[in-house]
Amino acid sequence: MPEESTASRWRTTPLTAWHEAAGARMGEFGGFWMPILYEGILEEHRRVRAAVGMFDVSHMAEFLVEGDGADALVDRLVTNWPSRLEDGQALYTPMCRQDGGTQDDLLVYRRGANRYLLVTNAGNRDEDRGWIESVAAQRPDRPAVRDVSDEVALIAVQGPSAVAAVESLAHGPVADIGYYHFREGVSVADVPALVSRTGYTGEDGFELYVAATDAPALWAALARHGVKPVGLGARDTLRLEARLPLYGHELARDVSPLEAALGSFVKWEKPGGFIGREALAAQRAAGPARRLVGLEAVGGIPRAGYAVTRAGAAGEGVVTSGTHSPTLEVPIAMALVPRAWGVKVGDAVSVAVRGRPVPAKVVKLPFYRRPS
Amino acid sequence: MASGKVPEGRWYTAEHEWIAGDGTVGITDHAQDALGDVVFLDLPEVGRHVERGTVFGVVESVKSVSDLFSPVTGTVAAVNDQLKDRPELVNQDPYGEGWLVRLDTEDPIASGPVLLDAAGYRALPD
Repeated sequence: MPEESTASRWRTTPLTAWHEAAGARMGEFGGFWMPILYEGILEEHRRVRAAVGMFDVSHMAEFLVEGDGADALVDRLVTNWPSRLEDGQALYTPMCRQDGGTQDDLLVYRRGANRYLLVTNAGNRDEDRGWIESVAAQRPDRPAVRDVSDEVALIAVQGPSAVAAVESLAHGPVADIGYYHFREGVSVADVPALVSRTGYTGEDGFELYVAATDAPALWAALARHGVKPVGLGARDTLRLEARLPLYGHELARDVSPLEAALGSFVKWEKPGGFIGREALAAQRAAGPARRLVGLEAVGGIPRAGYAVTRAGAAGEGVVTSGTHSPTLEVPIAMALVPRAWGVKVGDAVSVAVRGRPVPAKVVKLPFYRRPS
Repeated sequence: MASGKVPEGRWYTAEHEWIAGDGTVGITDHAQDALGDVVFLDLPEVGRHVERGTVFGVVESVKSVSDLFSPVTGTVAAVNDQLKDRPELVNQDPYGEGWLVRLDTEDPIASGPVLLDAAGYRALPD
């Protein structure tokens, strides 16, 4: 059995003490000491699909980008097109380096003209800050970049009952906030929050950005309201069923958004281009070397790093994420495979599970889509 | 300390398997708790030879994969086929319905260099 390391080496969130007191199984993620599960991954997963759960995702990094030139800076930084957003709207986007590799994937919130909030992955925080600051320094108007990660806590409330749960604690409406829209200064359980209709589970719900000092009060109010906590274990199975990429798995410095099948978040027509455009355009013209596919396996669980082969075809693919799907109750995985294989839905491949070939077939992504 | 239930009348390995006097093998309460929800087992077929201290199968939870080590040398006499459809039995009843295999062995099933009694297992450092 794996032994757990001590908490002292890792960063904590404003809710770490709560998780430990609640008896959560803790583990390291992105440099933080985080709750992996409270009762069990399957139970927590199913609760989010059926009703509602809350996640402490305060490990996420937040940057404010503000001032003259901020519109142009964020447009330059990311492949999607943030300056085209309305105020109060958000988008998902990869952020590339010149070579087309992915520096990170993030949410960009447009709070107003030249006022943005960027939310990136905890494990990339320091590198992202350096990168964003270095790009900002090249702009003539030098918009301000401020890392507010330590001041901001993030609680996600997700599931078919999530909107009702948050609405019942909010002063004023929140159900009218559209998908990938947000509202600032909403009082939720008497805590001022940025309420965002976003998430990482494939379910409806909100992400609530609050001051770090307010997080325990909001978390406690949600708990009193019957919303149960969900750990990062179920967050991973939920996002995988919904085919949402996880940085370091489906996306990495050596994986481009085109390979990760995120081409719809790359805006070629954006005036002035963006960092990595030339490399990505060349990749698009030649066809990316690899392609992200969904797999369903029989008789073994494909895990990240396992090799994928196809009978009669050259080259090898690799599993980027794999698990037992709590909803479908079969082993599922995402894998990067050679584009030259030309695989389509229904095609057979093989995954080397601890040296044993396990048959798998290519399936449509996402694995799970919520009933509309 | 190995936490969880550790019934008397069984013998234990440092890798958190148990074996009963009739050769029935499973994983301990501590092991199932540490693994979390068991979702898949890769167990040997009846008739296969297994060596003491070597891997005879794999247990997978949602998040992790763990090897199963044989407490004795012998032959697989029975496999718990119920686990194919209900792997959660390993969590719910690790010493009962969640048993894994039964081994025919000529090794002594008793405390010794490999097998610990309940008190010895409880005293293991985590």
